[in-house]
Amino acid sequence: MEVVSADVPLEHYLVLSGMLFAIGTYGVLARRNAVLIIMSVELMLNAVSINMVAFAVYTAPSLFTGIIFAIFIIAVAAAEVGLALAIVLRVFRNRGTANVDEINTLRW
Amino acid sequence: MTLLFFYLMAATVLTGGLGVVLIRSTIYAALFLIMSLVGVAGIYILLSVEFLALVQILIYAGAVTVLLVFALMLTRVEDLKERFDGEQKPLGAIAALALLGAFIAMWSQTEWPRDVDQITVVPFATISDALFGRWAVPFEVASGVLLVSLVGAIIIAMREGEEA
Repeated sequence: MEVVSADVPLEHYLVLSGMLFAIGTYGVLARRNAVLIIMSVELMLNAVSINMVAFAVYTAPSLFTGIIFAIFIIAVAAAEVGLALAIVLRVFRNRGTANVDEINTLRW
Repeated sequence: MTLLFFYLMAATVLTGGLGVVLIRSTIYAALFLIMSLVGVAGIYILLSVEFLALVQILIYAGAVTVLLVFALMLTRVEDLKERFDGEQKPLGAIAALALLGAFIAMWSQTEWPRDVDQITVVPFATISDALFGRWAVPFEVASGVLLVSLVGAIIIAMREGEEA
């Protein structure tokens, strides 16, 4: 495997991934529409992938586990989106809304 | 030059992300999500993992976003301006900023195990060898997960009392 000198410091990628994760967290907490919340979750998953790939190519040259992890994250995210949207669709059909704070039957 | 490209891609990713969480239109949020995901593919190219960049564009920017737009279409109610964000919005902003602060504080205090000024270019063939060799069992389990979630999604979304 070829080793090249890096023009971008590792910390840049970490800060980018942290910022993207924080944006996703804000979206999950602030949005009401369930589909928009799923989009924010996708942002968080991508932030984690960036983090893992950056660590894999910078610090673990022989194992590159982070890259494999990112591939599995993409596969699981695809499954997660399919299932989550099916649930949102069913809730919308039963309750007539996709807003998470109107779905409060279980609330005490 | 590389640094410039990194800042360009980082700006794309973050603008797209902010668009997803801030804009008051669901369909524009989906378009901003595509922008952000394509930016992440650019970041992967910078990290010299071209395979992941291709997969990212194919699966995320292609398939997942189309699925999300379909869900937006099927769960459409009247787009009232004040219905997008909950009243916990300021608390959410505080929590997100606190999380970011915690991350940055953590990284600034970490000592990296070795010199982190060079990157290893992992070729396609090495990744696939590892995926079908060392990681073969998780790979097969992932295919099982995809199959089960496919069947589950069909069962859940099916109408009540309808024949399969």
